Amino acid sequence: MNQPLLDIQNVTVEYPAKGFRAKPFRALSNVSLDVRAGECVGLVGESGSGKTTLGRAVLGLAPVTEGKVLFRGQDIAHAGRSERRELATDIQVVFQDPYTSLNPSRTVEQILAEPLTVRKVPRSESSKRIKALFEMVRLPADSGNRLPREFSGGQRQRIAIARALALKPELIVCDEPVSALDLSTQARVLELFKDIQEQTHVAYLFVSHDLEVVRHISHRVAVMYRGDIVEFGDGDQVTSAPRHPYTQRLFFAAPVADPEAQAQRREERHRLLAEQTA
Amino acid sequence: MSTPVHAPNPQLAVIPPEAAAKASLLRRVLRNPLALGSLLFLAVIIVSAVAAPLLAPHNPNTADISAVLSSPDSGHLLGTDGAGRDVLSRLLFGAQFSLAGALLALVTSIVIGVTGGLLAGYYGKWIDTASTWVISMLMALPAIIVLLAARAVVGPSLWASMLIFGVMLSPAFFRLVYASVSAVRNELYVDAARVSGLSDTRIIGIHILTVVRAPIVVQSAIVGGVALAVQSGLEFLGLGDINVPTWGQMLSDGFTNLYTAPLLIIWPALAIGLTLISLTLLANSLRDELERSNAPRRRRRKQPAEQPAVVGEEVMRHDDGGLAGEAVLRIENLSVGYETGDGGTKRVVHDVSLTVARGEVHGLVGESGSGKTQTAWSALRLLPEGGRITGGSIFFHGDDLAALNEKDMEKIRGSRIAYIPQEPMSNLDPSFTIGSQLVEPMRICLRMSKKEATTRALALLARVGIPNPERTFAAYPHQVSGGMAQRVLIAGAISCNPDLLIADEPTTALDVTVQAEVLDLLRDLQSEFRMAVILVTHNFGVVADLCDRVSVMRLGRIVETGPTRSIFAYPRHPYTRELLGAILGETSPRGPLATFDAGPSASPSRKGALR
Repeated sequence: MNQPLLDIQNVTVEYPAKGFRAKPFRALSNVSLDVRAGECVGLVGESGSGKTTLGRAVLGLAPVTEGKVLFRGQDIAHAGRSERRELATDIQVVFQDPYTSLNPSRTVEQILAEPLTVRKVPRSESSKRIKALFEMVRLPADSGNRLPREFSGGQRQRIAIARALALKPELIVCDEPVSALDLSTQARVLELFKDIQEQTHVAYLFVSHDLEVVRHISHRVAVMYRGDIVEFGDGDQVTSAPRHPYTQRLFFAAPVADPEAQAQRREERHRLLAEQTA
Repeated sequence: MSTPVHAPNPQLAVIPPEAAAKASLLRRVLRNPLALGSLLFLAVIIVSAVAAPLLAPHNPNTADISAVLSSPDSGHLLGTDGAGRDVLSRLLFGAQFSLAGALLALVTSIVIGVTGGLLAGYYGKWIDTASTWVISMLMALPAIIVLLAARAVVGPSLWASMLIFGVMLSPAFFRLVYASVSAVRNELYVDAARVSGLSDTRIIGIHILTVVRAPIVVQSAIVGGVALAVQSGLEFLGLGDINVPTWGQMLSDGFTNLYTAPLLIIWPALAIGLTLISLTLLANSLRDELERSNAPRRRRRKQPAEQPAVVGEEVMRHDDGGLAGEAVLRIENLSVGYETGDGGTKRVVHDVSLTVARGEVHGLVGESGSGKTQTAWSALRLLPEGGRITGGSIFFHGDDLAALNEKDMEKIRGSRIAYIPQEPMSNLDPSFTIGSQLVEPMRICLRMSKKEATTRALALLARVGIPNPERTFAAYPHQVSGGMAQRVLIAGAISCNPDLLIADEPTTALDVTVQAEVLDLLRDLQSEFRMAVILVTHNFGVVADLCDRVSVMRLGRIVETGPTRSIFAYPRHPYTRELLGAILGETSPRGPLATFDAGPSASPSRKGALR
């Protein structure tokens, strides 16, 4: 009954290394995580921690060498090309970089129509759907025949979100979707993510390096460190009272935008580091 | 929310006219006189080749023994050749066969090269290995020798030799397509298309072929020319089929009769030469036009790209009882502009004034396009190409840097004003060791001996918290992490005891735990050396951590300035309030998912609700 939407079980990802008989590079080791329908699970970690790799493994863009990725109970870790194409209606993606994730030579309408055309959605219905998408991501209704380069970073990210929503998926893997954006744009795009989730009950696997972004959007949060999940639990607890030493270091390292509070946090960080090394 | 007013980068928000962006390549080529001329000439040649049976007055192979080498007259407009055949007819039919032969070679090489390049570039793995191997082998073979050997085996046939030559030419297309496809294959939009459920053929057709289309057209003009030239060479050597008239054969005949009828060699030579020149010129102008379309910026800047005017707005100053010490840097009414394509200037910094005292950290904070980095670069006089200080002064210990000549500026830059960049890796030269990059500046600006400089460099590396200074000293930049590289650059920046340090987003590229360490380091060094620091950042947490004062910038102007505590506690400008309001740290966490709308039972209504 209470089966999670996405259930990642003991997944290991290894990339073959260059050179004869070289040891493969292990990006993820034995990672388990689950996402329920309509839920946002934040995945936070520093560069090289494997958080992006986990997202790509769910999308079938990274080689899963061991373990299972169950989507509605079905293992999709080794889904073939045609099975993957079927999954496109269920699992979608929003990438970090809104500048390279949209083909610069295609209009916004062509970009959004692409997944629909593949599914043989009739033209009239597809243009209706695109209009609805523009409204959902709050883009001007006449954006259709413009090229991506005519939009700002925040607007491009809205286009990418609209593309992800086109097929009404149940899960969207969001790979650092607000990291390339300015502060105020970032806040607005995060609100959009939240609103869309409340309207459509789509689930997010939300990858970010920023503890505050993750705290703001996630119901539950997982912390990754060197290819492993070190802490996973309720978003509030993980992001405000972390238990694992690494999460604690991460928490105290992020500067607060308040000089007094930051001075205090700095002190606490130094104390914590002294304790942890002792 | 959806209004484009908040576009952070004003340049991006400018919408170029749709028509200009999409003006077809053909139309642009036609506007280029050189390309138009070549195209017209090629069109004439092609039309006369196709219409040769209608235009030619005689059969090209009919030999009239009674009229060998006759000069031009009414019966034979261009005279006859050594076998009494009509030169004009042979020239027309020669065009037909020569061009058809070149076309055959071209099509063969395109089919093999483009398909191979697409498959190898897109799928990689064994297809890549195998086809690269085959292509390398083809490239190693000398084409002329292969063609001679083939003639010995299959006999004199224009078509066979052009087919083989097409195969020999295919690496030209293979390598071109392969390179572009491997570059595009890992673009995020190709990944996104894959996740959208597009089949491979569709991805190649939509996203990949469009990238290689234009270079293929350019390459075709070049390869077509090569095929024609080599074919003429073979025919000239007498290796062709006697019954198929080609320009090369005519050239050979003219050469034989060079002394008796010198005009004979002129016609085929002209035909071959002019066709080759046209093809080359066409390829060149196509390439020029393509490259121009890749740089639409120039055209776009011609639009009145002035930002929404914030003219005359007062800077909100927080009172702070004056400076703590002597002013190291005083910027007064600084304006910075960039030259635009039409000779105008686009201003990116307007009327900025600020003062930094000894021992003080002044934060310049704002979003992208706010002019904070431009202001910092002006103080270093290191504005990128096209940028210049259009007004105001920058006083550094009383000297106006804005008016200083380049030679005097060089003495100040690096030794008295130091710089820490955003991207540590791209600011270290990968081909020199870290040690040599630290020692060299010290030998110049502090006039130290190599030994003294080495000792000091090692001490500095230890000072910035590098665990094993000797090893890092001898290492190359790629052997250290980003955080370590930033420490190395900090060591380099403080090596000449500067009075002013300009740090441009020094922690933005770093992980948050490394950022905290680097911020600690900067704070310690700053108080130890009593430097004045300008810290450019977009992160209010970094400002809160390090800065004594802060200036908030927006669209090239300072909107609010004052002591950090005062700005955070009592922001007065609406924009400062908006930025501070956008910080997520203040907001409450989202909390757990309400359980009643979870679970598979909610799915059907969910799908329904969407429509």
